[in-house]
Amino acid sequence: MWDYTDTVMDHFYNPRNQGAIADTQETGIAVVYGEVGSIACGDALRLHLQIEIQSDKILDARFQTFGCTSAIASSSALTEIIKNKTLDQALNITNRDIAEFLGGLPEAKMHCSVMGQEALEAAIYKYRGIEVEHHEEDEGALICSCFGISDARIRRVIIENSLTTVEQVTSYVKAGGGCGSCLADIEDLIASVVQETAATSRRVEAELAAAPTLPLTTVQKVNLIQKVLLEDVRPMLIADGGDIELFDVEGNIVKVILKGACGNCPGSTATLKDGIEVRLRQRVLPELIVEAVNL
Amino acid sequence: MTPIYLDNNATTKVDPEVVQAMLPYLTEFYGNPSSMHSFGGQVGKAVKQAREQVAALLGAEDSEIVFTSCGTEGNNTAIRAALAAQPEKRHIITTEVEHPAVLNVCKQLEKQGYRVAYLSVDNRGQLDLVELEASLTGDTALVTTMYANNETGTVFPIEQIGLRVKDAGAIFHVDAVQAVGKIPLNMKTSTIDLLTLSGHKLHAPKGIGALYIRRGFRFRPFLLGGHQERGRRAGTENVPGIIGLGKAAELELQHLPEAVKREKQFRDRLEKTLLEQIPDTQVNGDRKSRLPNTTNIGFKYIEGEAILLMLNQHGICASSGSACTSGSLEPSHVLRAMGLPYTILHGSIRFSLSRYTTAAEIDKVLEVMPGIVERLRALSPFNSDQAGWLQGREEAVAANR
Ligand code: FES
Repeated sequence: MWDYTDTVMDHFYNPRNQGAIADTQETGIAVVYGEVGSIACGDALRLHLQIEIQSDKILDARFQTFGCTSAIASSSALTEIIKNKTLDQALNITNRDIAEFLGGLPEAKMHCSVMGQEALEAAIYKYRGIEVEHHEEDEGALICSCFGISDARIRRVIIENSLTTVEQVTSYVKAGGGCGSCLADIEDLIASVVQETAATSRRVEAELAAAPTLPLTTVQKVNLIQKVLLEDVRPMLIADGGDIELFDVEGNIVKVILKGACGNCPGSTATLKDGIEVRLRQRVLPELIVEAVNL
Repeated sequence: MTPIYLDNNATTKVDPEVVQAMLPYLTEFYGNPSSMHSFGGQVGKAVKQAREQVAALLGAEDSEIVFTSCGTEGNNTAIRAALAAQPEKRHIITTEVEHPAVLNVCKQLEKQGYRVAYLSVDNRGQLDLVELEASLTGDTALVTTMYANNETGTVFPIEQIGLRVKDAGAIFHVDAVQAVGKIPLNMKTSTIDLLTLSGHKLHAPKGIGALYIRRGFRFRPFLLGGHQERGRRAGTENVPGIIGLGKAAELELQHLPEAVKREKQFRDRLEKTLLEQIPDTQVNGDRKSRLPNTTNIGFKYIEGEAILLMLNQHGICASSGSACTSGSLEPSHVLRAMGLPYTILHGSIRFSLSRYTTAAEIDKVLEVMPGIVERLRALSPFNSDQAGWLQGREEAVAANR
């Protein structure tokens, strides 16, 4: 039996916001839904959103889910997370946020949280009139025919969740969990993502080394900040149950979003100044100032 | 809360009489049956008695029983032994719905140059004897099939298969792990050459099994070492396990006729009432030829793991053919081989009874199950009226394959 957290079980036994949202044609209010899912792998989600057009805010979110315990719990969690957020804020939500909200999911069940994130995107894209065909996930070659999963989609989970093994990819998107004939292709994809990431950081470093006396361009600066955050800072925070995301860079002010345990940690100012700022000053620019933004 | 245990095809409760029989061999009588002194000899006698008890359950002779550690070992041994007995033949026949302890051995053998035919099953999980006949060739070394399917309970026409196998001059191995103790067997009148059984499916403990090897069969051992089991399975005997299996076999023989009647009656009531009370529900498996203790029911539009956890809340233990429970992501290969639609595949639940199952336990399942299905269907985007979305996707998936 799976080892589920109490929060997962609570959201399974007492799902919040289940059902559909009826469109009452109220002015200024839009109702939309997004669907994802595959019958082959046994889960599907229809996420309904009620949006206040003027403020771009999600007033209400409801779900209908066909799936296992963690699929139902992830859907319930998602609706709780996104209520009262603007669509842009909601688009920033990752599957990791959903899993974190639930106190974690067994790795083999992470695909349930991915499904939540994808349904959310599908709903928002639909509302904004972005053709689903233009969404990167539907492009690219079909890698796993058992579960109908493209290389673009696999790449994306590899990058977003820093996955390094085929088993992890299977846990996150199910690709490879069937006949197994796509496992070698998935391995290749992982290798190529790793290579690309390494190449990018080498390039950034080379650019900097080549022009040591010139001031950084904005793009270089942002790239470098991003690199330091990803490589030095994130692993440290994740180990403590937190996380960080770069929100914006204005001049020398670096705006970050602290997440998870860091988001409400009383010591987070110290983390910001002593940990993150010091590192960024050493490795990017001595004038940098780090600030946390609250969304 | 004492659990209502309806997962007996996974494993069974050890009978208290079995435990009693084993205890002295875990404490007082710890001698090695191979030893020359009387302390060991006494244990050897007990092992001999257990062998007789197991043989009696199968209608076999004592010398035809070899103790193994489990069903998996029995299956591996039988398949390897059959091939070693006819090194010139390179063809094996099995079915798509076997247990991994047979399927994975066959897949491995394919890599070693054997050709393997995997017989298909129909939507009841039943074999086609014509397909079997067509697959048999002069090069067929072995036909290995299960007696009864663990997931659906479907019972294969073993003797009809055996006649055809013998006509073709091949060896017939039967994985009877799910059948022994649930169906009367008689090896004397049977066409089976090799038969596997496992103790923990018949109220003996885990870690003990047996392999029936027809007298005169050219056997090559799988485990090499000492002379135990007359050189056919090396390794110091699991004496307490063997004693337990012997006792369990004796009890099984005693209880069999009455237990079969009782379990079948409970099973049928459970099945019939669930089907009557819950719409969009079906039985998976061959209702004419099926184990008396097993029912596999598909509840459309919902998913098995969710059903299991809701049942678990009421202390009811069952099992599901759904992908999510098993740790693998694909739905049960058995239900898939039967060509069932995904809507049923994912929402299939297996209830398997034992002689300990009571009427009150069945009542409890009947009391809670309709509510569980209703609750999950209310959560699901696929109700019967919205099934279009589902069907579209199911077709898309099928087209992709
Ligand atoms: S093609 Fe990916 S698991 Fe079968």
